[in-house]
Amino acid sequence: MNLLLLADGRFPAGGHAHSGGMETAVAVGAVIDLKTLTAFLAGRLATAGLSAAGLAAASCTLLHPWEALDAEADARTPSPALRQVSRRQGRQLIRTARTLWPGSILDGLASFTAPAPGAAATPAGPHHPVALGAAAAAAGLEPLDAARATAFNAVTGPASAAVRLLGLDPVNVHRLLAQMAAAMDDTAHLAAEAASGPLSGLPCPGSVLLDLYAQQHAESEMRLFAS
Amino acid sequence: MPPDPERRALRVGVGGPVGSGKTALVAALCRELSERLNIGVVTNDIYTTEDADFLRRQGVLGDERIRAVQTGCCPHTAIRDDISENLEAVEELEASLAPLDLVLLESGGDNLTATFSHGLVDRQIFVLDVSGGDKVPRKGGPSVTSADLLVINKVDLAPMVGADLEVMRRDSVAQRGDRAMIFCSLRESDGAGAIGDWILSEIQSWAAANPVTKVIPAPKA
Repeated sequence: MNLLLLADGRFPAGGHAHSGGMETAVAVGAVIDLKTLTAFLAGRLATAGLSAAGLAAASCTLLHPWEALDAEADARTPSPALRQVSRRQGRQLIRTARTLWPGSILDGLASFTAPAPGAAATPAGPHHPVALGAAAAAAGLEPLDAARATAFNAVTGPASAAVRLLGLDPVNVHRLLAQMAAAMDDTAHLAAEAASGPLSGLPCPGSVLLDLYAQQHAESEMRLFAS
Repeated sequence: MPPDPERRALRVGVGGPVGSGKTALVAALCRELSERLNIGVVTNDIYTTEDADFLRRQGVLGDERIRAVQTGCCPHTAIRDDISENLEAVEELEASLAPLDLVLLESGGDNLTATFSHGLVDRQIFVLDVSGGDKVPRKGGPSVTSADLLVINKVDLAPMVGADLEVMRRDSVAQRGDRAMIFCSLRESDGAGAIGDWILSEIQSWAAANPVTKVIPAPKA
């Protein structure tokens, strides 16, 4: 049940305000219909989704210092805008999760303040996947669960944004999500498997276009989503 | 982490339909109160800089006092169901400008069911205007019935749009009992005077209930 709570789009940790790059993808005409949405989501799951799921699973093992996980997350997040978004979401997730599952795990992560080299604008706080893995551990869940929740969110968040931005039929979009369920599971298994080894072996596929979209979005005059 | 709830400013939510005068009210309140109070503003407008630009043009508030929050197409979600982004923005303002007396949180334009979470604000104002139709208070809805203050703006337009202010007053009282209600025209120079007075009195009653409110919040963790 805790896994369902954690992955639920209604979980009050700020997720509803983020489009995972979808707002810019729609703005530049890269996503216009169900077909292009399918390609976008598949790409996102295989890159940013897999990378985040690996970090979340590793964090959930509780075997690594927060500093080391933070450095791994930074290394996988080249876009300054996305780093900021990730820490902001991580902070919001921890705030909510600490109320739900109080204890030493989340207290420890909350008191950990990530270094913000040179940039006063960089908000302190854990990266989102690291926070999600820690929240999963605090809720008594396994690394594979943390990876599942992360892979699920990596796809469903942008899908929901596409429904809002393009007026796509929500039933058709949900059918697409159902069709992607196996791929989400595969991603989670891959991530959890990697997380049983050293941190250096975590998946690190790049998603250059998402990074560029995030930078573009942060400069945009009119945006409905926070990222 | 969140500052001690007893050591912060009064947080006042301003909601209402698109175009009813939320931003005009925030600007007027800042003009009215900024010499007496230390004020911060959080806006939820869909244009990232629209409301902030408006406030800047009016010369009522410096950039550092305004934060814009994006709501992912769902203004009511951001003020009620998932207040994370707004709460962060409020706390960032408080941390950087402490001690603040008042934080005004302006919602994006929404419908009559939009209310602020008690986890986000201490008081809420709902702004209607007469040109939206004099039947609106009769429709009720959580925002009309439960706002601490109902503002009915643009009374100067009432004759032109055929709105009966007495009907609006009567229907509002029927929906809200003795909760506060103010008719105004924010275009006029002292249009927000009574609303400013209401806020000052709410700050007093809230401070009386939270006696350590003037203590500077600890730096954020």
